Amino acid sequence: MTLYAESVPDPQAMAAGVRRRVLAHVLANNGGYLSQACSAAELLAVLYGRVLRLSALDAPMHPPAFESVPGPDSPRVSGGVFHGEPSPVGDRFIVSPAHYALVVYAALIEAGRLDEAALDQFNKDGSTVEMIGAEHSPGFETTTGSLAQALSTAGGIALGRRLKDETGRTFVFMSDGEFQEGQTWEAIQALVYYRLDSVRVIVDVNRAQCDGPMDSVMTIEPLATKLKAFGASVDSVDGHDIAALTRALERSTGRPHFVLAYTDPTRGVPLLNERRPVLHYLRFTGDDERSRYQDYYDELLTVGADATQGAGR
Amino acid sequence: MSPARDVQIVTRPHVDNFIRWSADKPEVVVLSADLTNSCEVGKWRDTYPERFFSMGMAEQNMLGFAGGLAREGFEPWLHTFAVFLYRRPLDQLQMSIAYPNLRVRLVGFLPGITTPGGVTHQAIDDIAVMRAIPNMTILETGDATEVESVLDIAHAIDGPVYIRMLRGEVPRLFPQDEPFTFNRARVLSLAGSTIDDPADLVVLTSGILTEEALRAVPALQSAGVTVTHLHVSTLKPFTDPTITRALQAATGAIVTMENHLIIGGLGSAVAETMAEAGISTPLHRIGLPDTYAHGASQAHLLAEYHLDAFSLVETAQTVLQRDLAIDATDLAPVRIAAAHSSAKVEAL
Repeated sequence: MTLYAESVPDPQAMAAGVRRRVLAHVLANNGGYLSQACSAAELLAVLYGRVLRLSALDAPMHPPAFESVPGPDSPRVSGGVFHGEPSPVGDRFIVSPAHYALVVYAALIEAGRLDEAALDQFNKDGSTVEMIGAEHSPGFETTTGSLAQALSTAGGIALGRRLKDETGRTFVFMSDGEFQEGQTWEAIQALVYYRLDSVRVIVDVNRAQCDGPMDSVMTIEPLATKLKAFGASVDSVDGHDIAALTRALERSTGRPHFVLAYTDPTRGVPLLNERRPVLHYLRFTGDDERSRYQDYYDELLTVGADATQGAGR
Repeated sequence: MSPARDVQIVTRPHVDNFIRWSADKPEVVVLSADLTNSCEVGKWRDTYPERFFSMGMAEQNMLGFAGGLAREGFEPWLHTFAVFLYRRPLDQLQMSIAYPNLRVRLVGFLPGITTPGGVTHQAIDDIAVMRAIPNMTILETGDATEVESVLDIAHAIDGPVYIRMLRGEVPRLFPQDEPFTFNRARVLSLAGSTIDDPADLVVLTSGILTEEALRAVPALQSAGVTVTHLHVSTLKPFTDPTITRALQAATGAIVTMENHLIIGGLGSAVAETMAEAGISTPLHRIGLPDTYAHGASQAHLLAEYHLDAFSLVETAQTVLQRDLAIDATDLAPVRIAAAHSSAKVEAL
């Protein structure tokens, strides 16, 4: 099997590309999930660019048009096709917080798996490039938009793969708010009970949720302590440090492994700090705010071009 | 006495049958949430330990694991009390299993008032909830033959299936060589020689209430009422032409009997079928009215909520506006299962 990880660009450049693409999209659409791109850009870049063992694609794929929901006469369409043909030794990658969809699409584009024109179809009628990722949306292997369900599904997938003697790993990307849900802890309990050490979870601990800063909604800390008490292994890392993320994700511990990636939801777009404490979804207050983001974006493009030239020298 | 009353009682029909049935189906796995013996799969666990997964009292996660296993080509058969399959984990049932149309089998024990466990254990709204879930198939067992043969029916369906399952001492009402047929009602009595012949009363029953109806129908017939009686085991889909034809042949009234709320179950499905087919015969639904039940014996609850055989007689008298001169002693005798039968591992 050809593994894609050997031929993709540098994760640092991918992460910058994710932020740039999401910001461009937010500017064009007067809003979007920008803070999630800021916090998770490196996480997804490291996964798609370094860690995940996924089958190669011949070329970036176009997203299919929406045809039907799964039913007796309509087979399930999986966004997992963007992860290549599943193989017994390859990895699965399950995105839990489906509202990170735009960030996932941007990361797939950076990884050369999704045609960049796909973002033109974002949230358009008849498109599978949905605002909240559905099972047919690029990069989504399961139905996960109702938060905290993906980890249980991933556990069942990992258990099934073990029963079939498959050696590939099952990665799950989670948001920190999901640790407020009871099901998450039920799932961890079961992963540990069945010693499903092929499950590796990366958590975007950006400490921000829909109502505002997490500590004003419901505290989840000390998260690492709780996870360890449940019997999982934990690495807490700077979620913008490519090397640290890679090391933590590649570590085999013999237990279900959690990488708590502590992130800054304004990283790379400092203008977002003006909107604290509520960062969940950006909708411009008016033309003035929008034009300041536009100026910042134009600046990014210039700097990005310089950086590329610099890297080339 | 009706021949239907000379019924064989089968003790724990699911236990050995499910073990035999699973022998050549390595894809079948069982997930349980701490009610393994109560759901008659303790021996299955001991027979196939590598295929049995204890998930603890954590149903939301159990449904997610089941979805994941189904995605990998396994066929999870979840065994727990019915209430814990759809009340607590309804979102998980919908998103992790039903939407992706996965081959998960939800085997729900203690349907309706078959348990003295009271409101927490009595699944009185499960059919109503499950009927509103796209992709879901709903099957209900009414005797030992159906408990045995429902396995093949569920196994053949390419999507999630919910089964209202019976346990303990289960009557064999239907011959063993007449297994469960998907989406086809059993014709237990005909008013004439065919399903299309006019009937004073068309009675549709499901689950344990079929046994009650079988006690009453001979008395109604003796009183001169022509009765077509169907036993319904497939509650979704509800597209059986036998049912529509029987409904069209009703001249006096149509009566449904179900171990469930009258809202959303068999009675509602029949009402929808009638409305769509333009059938204007009066319909009377026997079942729990808009109420929860409480903890008491099955016989007590059947009588209290007017779900028993005599309730069918009373309903027939009302809807046909005839004094049928039937009293309780004219009915076939009641079969009373012991409340603390050795066929059950707990009193529930």
